[in-house]
Amino acid sequence: MLAIKLAYRNLIGAGLRTWLNVFVLSLSYVLIIYFNGLMDGFNIQAKTDTIAWEIGDGVYWHKNYNAYDPFTLEEGHGIIPESLNYAVNKGTLSPILISQATIYPDGRLQSVLLKGIGTEQKVLKIPSQSLSVETEEIPALIGKRMAANTKLKKDDVVTLRWRDAQGTFDAAEIKIVNIFDSNVPTIDMGQIWIPLKEMQKMKQMPDEATIIVKSKEFNKKINDDNWVFKGHTFLLEDITKLIKTKKIGSSFFYIIIMALAMLAIFDTQVLSIFRRQKEIGTYIALGMTRSQVVGLFTVEGSFHAILAAIVGAVYGIPLLMLQAINGYPIPEGADNMGIAVGKAIYPVYGLGLVISTIIIVFLITTIVSYLPARKISKMNPTDAIKGKIQ
Amino acid sequence: MEQNSIVTISDLVKRFPVGKSFFTALNGINLTFNKGQFAGVVGPSGSGKTTLLNIIGSLDSPTVGSAIVLNEEVSKLSTKKAAVLRRKHLGFIFQTYNLLPVYTVFENIEFPLLLLNMPALERKKAVLDALEWVGLTDKIKSRPAQLSGGESQRVAIARAMVKKPELVLADEPTANLDAENSHHILQTMEKLNDELKTTFIFATHDDKVIKYLKRKIRLEDGKVVSDEIINNL
Repeated sequence: MLAIKLAYRNLIGAGLRTWLNVFVLSLSYVLIIYFNGLMDGFNIQAKTDTIAWEIGDGVYWHKNYNAYDPFTLEEGHGIIPESLNYAVNKGTLSPILISQATIYPDGRLQSVLLKGIGTEQKVLKIPSQSLSVETEEIPALIGKRMAANTKLKKDDVVTLRWRDAQGTFDAAEIKIVNIFDSNVPTIDMGQIWIPLKEMQKMKQMPDEATIIVKSKEFNKKINDDNWVFKGHTFLLEDITKLIKTKKIGSSFFYIIIMALAMLAIFDTQVLSIFRRQKEIGTYIALGMTRSQVVGLFTVEGSFHAILAAIVGAVYGIPLLMLQAINGYPIPEGADNMGIAVGKAIYPVYGLGLVISTIIIVFLITTIVSYLPARKISKMNPTDAIKGKIQ
Repeated sequence: MEQNSIVTISDLVKRFPVGKSFFTALNGINLTFNKGQFAGVVGPSGSGKTTLLNIIGSLDSPTVGSAIVLNEEVSKLSTKKAAVLRRKHLGFIFQTYNLLPVYTVFENIEFPLLLLNMPALERKKAVLDALEWVGLTDKIKSRPAQLSGGESQRVAIARAMVKKPELVLADEPTANLDAENSHHILQTMEKLNDELKTTFIFATHDDKVIKYLKRKIRLEDGKVVSDEIINNL
């Protein structure tokens, strides 16, 4: 308690020198929390959007299907188990049939991934209900990226060519009935969504699907060897890996910020020990033990971290809150790298992040303060009183 | 050892290493200081006055011989026990005042009491009493940089006296002061010696201090050359 009381007095008494160090250290707190919060926000946002638009609560893949190998599309489909029809009709399962196809916008040839989706499904956010319109052509749904790439607009009609189950080429006109806006590029780029029933007919694959997306409400396990369940851990692995890589990259930034702040504290401590020799000698003459003086200087140093947390909170909380509300704007096209990124990333500052940052900064500051303070224990008090030590 | 003695020094030798040889600062010192004495160790610079005071103050230890301070053999004290001895029983007054620069006058005087874990109310009363002894009640909130030399030394005296120690060691307390301030300070210490029966040991070569001493020990080249009791009356 004595060390805390004296350290507080010394720091407040030191005035501007203290506040400069405190400000530099508070920047570390705010920046570390901000960048970590940004990464966490990015992570949560990307995962939430991917779950909402693409993978639901998990996906059953046909045993021959592999999303990372387009050659498996030919064989990777099968009959949806009859026992699941009630769930499909209820909207808790959404079967999707996937095939390769070609479109000819303005006479140009373009390969696409054709996806058939239930028009009444509610598992994914894809606005498949808009496919239930009556048109002469096959109603089709595309994302904004696909629309931009192919220069297709709503109500445009374009020729689609595909191969049916027997390998025979067939073609028909499709009409773009809706263009959706999603943060998830993997359901958008190079893809065309049509009604599942229509696609099953076109492909001559009645009641078949490539994948079955499940919602949270579907709690049963499909006991069919033809269908293999892929959970979030597997399906979100790419995002997790990307965030991890980004975090490692940004940790260099934290190290630099921390190093600057620690340098300021270390420098102050070293300078203090040389400039305050007389004071140290006086403490010893007045009856403090050497370890008490070392403790006092260490507490003084680590007090910077406490004051910095308070100062950081004063200006950091409003700034970080503002950023959390308005988000960090992402430049156009940044989501083309294949991961779900919104127009802005909204940082998420978890209690764990804030507490762990405070603890880490506090511990490092204490260590950095203790290292030079150890020199005090080697001082000769009779020289220190006179400020004679070089 | 006399019953009344507070410091007993026997055959004390203090050597400091200088390169490959040694410098002998104190050579065969035998002295006894009794409770309530107002004594001074006088002599030219380099005669060993400060070294002797440092040993009595348990800030340093003898090379040979013994120094018993308040029944504690200085050379046998661990640094922790020496700190406890200083904290509880000794007061120091330095030539350069050695006030803690970021503390107010009140906080400087309060400091030794904080080390003794004295309760806040008792501490406050003791500090105010000490400020009254030295006549600085109006400077309670000032910081050392705002004080004159004389005022700073009076704060240092109050800090040394606030815990009512048995022994006060004053190393050249008037060296940085003018005549008027020196006399004021010495009168204050003389009064405290009379009222509180605190033992004062000075290290000085200042004639103004010497005039006030009731016992004068002359050191030359680390040896006691004279030791006289002075009757100022």
